[in-house]
Amino acid sequence: MASLTIRNIRKNFGAVEVLKGIDLEARTGEFIALVGPSGCGKSTLLAMIAGLETITSGEIYIGDRLVNAVAPKDRDIAMVFQSYALYPTMTVRENMEFGMQSRGVPKDEQKSAIARVAALLQIEALLHRKPGQLSGGQRQRVAMGRALVRDPLLFLFDEPLSNLDAKLRVDMRTEIKKLHHRVGKTTVYVTHDQIEAMTLASRIAVMHQGEVQQFDEPQVIYDSPANMFVAGFMGSPSMNFIPGEIVSDNGRTAVQVKGVDGPTILPLTASHAARLNGSKQVIFGIRPEHVSRSGIGQKADIATIRAPVEVVEPTGAETMAVMRLGDQEITGRFDPDVAPVMGETITLGFDMSHACLFDPASRRLI
Amino acid sequence: MSVSASTSAATYNSSSNGPPLRDRLAKLVPIFVLVPSIAASFLYVFVFTGWTLYISLSNSTLLPTYGFEGLENYASLWANRRWGIAYTNLFVFSAFYVVCAMAIGLMLALLIDQKIRAESFWRTIFLYPLAVSFIVTGTVWSWLYNPTNGFEFLIRNLGWTDFTFALTTDRKYAIYAIVITGIWQSSGFAMALFLAGLRSVDGDIVKAAQIDGASTFRTYRKVILPSITPIFLAVAVVLLQFSIKTFDLAVALTNSGPGISTTFPATYVYDLMFQRGQIGEGAAASMMILSALAVVLIPYSIYLVWHRRREAGHG
Ligand SMILES: Nc1ncnc2c1ncn2[C@@H]1O[C@H](COP(=O)(O)OP(=O)(O)O)[C@@H](O)[C@H]1O
Ligand SMILES: [Mg+2]
Repeated sequence: MASLTIRNIRKNFGAVEVLKGIDLEARTGEFIALVGPSGCGKSTLLAMIAGLETITSGEIYIGDRLVNAVAPKDRDIAMVFQSYALYPTMTVRENMEFGMQSRGVPKDEQKSAIARVAALLQIEALLHRKPGQLSGGQRQRVAMGRALVRDPLLFLFDEPLSNLDAKLRVDMRTEIKKLHHRVGKTTVYVTHDQIEAMTLASRIAVMHQGEVQQFDEPQVIYDSPANMFVAGFMGSPSMNFIPGEIVSDNGRTAVQVKGVDGPTILPLTASHAARLNGSKQVIFGIRPEHVSRSGIGQKADIATIRAPVEVVEPTGAETMAVMRLGDQEITGRFDPDVAPVMGETITLGFDMSHACLFDPASRRLI
Repeated sequence: MSVSASTSAATYNSSSNGPPLRDRLAKLVPIFVLVPSIAASFLYVFVFTGWTLYISLSNSTLLPTYGFEGLENYASLWANRRWGIAYTNLFVFSAFYVVCAMAIGLMLALLIDQKIRAESFWRTIFLYPLAVSFIVTGTVWSWLYNPTNGFEFLIRNLGWTDFTFALTTDRKYAIYAIVITGIWQSSGFAMALFLAGLRSVDGDIVKAAQIDGASTFRTYRKVILPSITPIFLAVAVVLLQFSIKTFDLAVALTNSGPGISTTFPATYVYDLMFQRGQIGEGAAASMMILSALAVVLIPYSIYLVWHRRREAGHG
């Protein structure tokens, strides 16, 4: 059963079309991430699900109920805001009670719900404090607590971690994952951070310019991005894109790219070749972790190419190197033990089984 | 010798060592700019306050004289029936004026906050009275209150021929004429501050309350209004100090009449000093007004400092 179904949702602010026909659905208990660059309409879509923003056209169902005309309080949702939106004049306990009081929940039920959630989030010691007396991480917990005291059909999160510092963000990410595992509620989670989306979600909707570019499981999105936007947005450092030409090399289909010593032939795998369908020009995409020093960890389907190393950036666990390929820069991810040094020209091995080919005109995956 | 040494030191400074001349000038500029106004403030506030205090303890009459008389002037001031009327009026006026102007201002602000059409039009309309000086307001309203050409005249012409509306000519009620006019003048000001406060409340908090199922009324009462309490206090303090200094409104509207029934402390000071030539007693009355202002403003300043510290403390 689907807990949330969104059909062809559009949103206009005046003449500007911010959402251009969104289709999504979340199965019961699922964790959906909406990810995309700032301004792509994620928050607007979430506000429409919550009922805080009017719907220009299209339909939203929560459970089996069409909620287009239903007020936010009657949609059976709970929401965590980026700014936390805690009531500043109320204590933590009062913040959590407020919604239950508005709905006329009996006093003893309120008490037990608060006790349960406070224990779950370990905020018992904070119950008598006001939001002004809490740290960022504590406020974040309280904001989640306020959503959790109810037992809604749907949890909505709008960038709940983006006001935290990097370390705390990673910790809270893990906590949210644990929490979802324990509570098992259908969740829609908005973020601009692709790592958050990858780690938390059971399915990710990648949005760009008011459209869903791809809606699928994290690994599918990572391995077979639907287009160059998704390929470039998901993963850090981004996928390398190299323009190339399809050629035949001793009967094998290959892609020819500009290398340091002139044109270089990269033989394609059979499955890539089969999908080409007569394309002549392609964009060859390869992720940094599929670029290695030739001869290391020998695998099948390695294509070699020589490239001078321009910048080396050690991060401790791994070393990024930026290399020049014709008029193009590409990034590789190396084990620090075998990382190249600046100025060196090395022979790279591309793991062709993980390469992606895109159509230069439509920018879609071939 | 010393001249050459200092010039060489200056050139040396500006070339390599220490802050260059420009930077030092840049540091001095704020001082140049601020000193005159600080000096003037000091002169007007502290020196003249001190002087007034001294005169209030002296035996001055038509001109300042410096024979020390102790609290004589204060004693005679407090024994005076007219001073009694003046400060009773002040209490009555302050209470009604502050409470009603705030209540009406808040009501207007809440109405305008409901995403009404032509909002800026209404805002301007209600704020307009404040742009008019108290003297003009007082004069115009004195015509409105005047039985022969004001409200009474208008209503009688509409058919209610025995209608009477003669606030300003009645000793007992003339003060309320001033109260009503003051409220008319200041409600818009209170509205503007309240509206700014309502608009400064984080929109997400209101959305959270909406999702929490709170009605509009409950959202205002429990979430929005409590978070703008500092504005209530600020409006109250500003209006209170307006009312303590009330002078022009009373002069233009009733000229302290009928009789002396609408005397205010400030109009009484003027009367003592410039009509009756009792500078000493006038100064004593001024000091009383100053203390009244201090009673309002000093605790408020302390509150502000405390509040800011607390905010800073919790980051
Ligand atoms: N109330 C509004 N009026 C006009 N434009 C808006 C409004 N809210 C959002 N927008 C515009 O809609 C686009 C999407 O905004 P938003 O949903 O907040 O993006 P995101 O959350 O993905 O960063 C932005 O270009 C933004 O400027
Ligand atoms: Mg957003």
